[in-house]
Amino acid sequence: MAELHLPPVLPPLFPGLPRELEVEAATVNEAIDRLNERWPGLRDRLVEPGPKLRPHINVYVDRERGGLDTELAAGSRLDVIAAISGG
Amino acid sequence: MSKSMLLVGTRKGLFVLDSDDRSDWSVRGPYCESWPIYHAVLDRDSGSIYAAAASEWLGSAIWRSPDLGETWEHSSEGLGYPEEDGGLRLSKVSNVMPAHGRLLVGGESAGLFESTDDGKTFSLLTTFEGQEGREAWNDPEQQPPGHLGLSAIIPHPDEKDRFWVIVQGFSLFETNDGGKTWEPRNKGLRRDWPADYEDIGFCVHKVTPASDFERMYQQNHVGMHRSDDAGKTWTEITEGLPTEFGFAAATHPHDRDTFYVIPLDPGHGRTMPDGHAAVWRTRDAGSSWQQLDKGLPQENAYVGVLREGMAIDAHDEPGLYFGTSTGQLYASTDEGDSWDQIGGLFPGITSVTVAEVA
Repeated sequence: MAELHLPPVLPPLFPGLPRELEVEAATVNEAIDRLNERWPGLRDRLVEPGPKLRPHINVYVDRERGGLDTELAAGSRLDVIAAISGG
Repeated sequence: MSKSMLLVGTRKGLFVLDSDDRSDWSVRGPYCESWPIYHAVLDRDSGSIYAAAASEWLGSAIWRSPDLGETWEHSSEGLGYPEEDGGLRLSKVSNVMPAHGRLLVGGESAGLFESTDDGKTFSLLTTFEGQEGREAWNDPEQQPPGHLGLSAIIPHPDEKDRFWVIVQGFSLFETNDGGKTWEPRNKGLRRDWPADYEDIGFCVHKVTPASDFERMYQQNHVGMHRSDDAGKTWTEITEGLPTEFGFAAATHPHDRDTFYVIPLDPGHGRTMPDGHAAVWRTRDAGSSWQQLDKGLPQENAYVGVLREGMAIDAHDEPGLYFGTSTGQLYASTDEGDSWDQIGGLFPGITSVTVAEVA
């Protein structure tokens, strides 16, 4: 199980989605797939065709910057961060 | 008794204004999680509101409310370009148009999507493969500011497979087969720049048909134009207007000779000329123009109005509405003769549409 932390912009879009939850996944990509199974459409919010992460979406695995292919170990912490920008 | 509903798309979400008399307006919103809205419309057949929105962080989606704004859902399933399509990327959905039981969506890069299940899923209709000029408009170095791609969809009211689209900075197109093939409709338009193609390369800002769909008016980057043959040929009617540039425009729903436009400074400012806010009206198909400014700020009003920023309702004496790119909303219930500011102060307004609801 990986410990997943989501940005505050996501829960208002998907009823019942918490900011923090645990998922069983071997990679970041798989973790997003698991979320999408429970909250259809969520993958589109984080990933664009390629597949690749959207330009202002970043992921960190155990505090290290990662990508869709980054592996998750049991107990890994996965942070999904929306870049702070705009006005 | 019916009431009027204004859908006001802004850079920070969608607002809905309701009125029983077109005089007192109440404001609801912001909806759509304050995502930037590029266009929003009411589908008269289904009663649903659709909004084309694109978040800088979370991508593009079509938002739908089946109950006039009480609840919302969103989808982008199928909104995207396949890898093999030359690396096109969907930066935003810029236009949404229900017609004849389906939903058409325009995007940037320029492409057209369709939904036949009320906006739950989408399929790509075309990215204009093989169309002359496509290489140019998909070249990032040739894309105009704003990057709207397919900036307008104009469905024919009776013929399901006939509609017009604007590819921003390049052309008005017409299809008669539901989007399989396209004809450029730019004959007679002016351009003041070198062009690589005879029929493509015209900066069409806004096209508004009269109710017969033979008469059309066009605000172009260079000039106001009129067509009397459904866009096949165009005649310039700029003379009498303060500038040849603008975006927003509206055609009278009951009088094909009456048309409204908001001229703007054509330089980089793109605001009301001399800071004097005004809508201009012709009642003779562009032979003469009247400045309408009663109730509008007449000095230091350096405001702009974007291409979806003006709407006209279908009352016997139509109401006109426009929103500025700095968030002021104005309304007229006497065909533009006088104006009032309504609703409050909004984020920058990108889109204004109006509908009558039960």
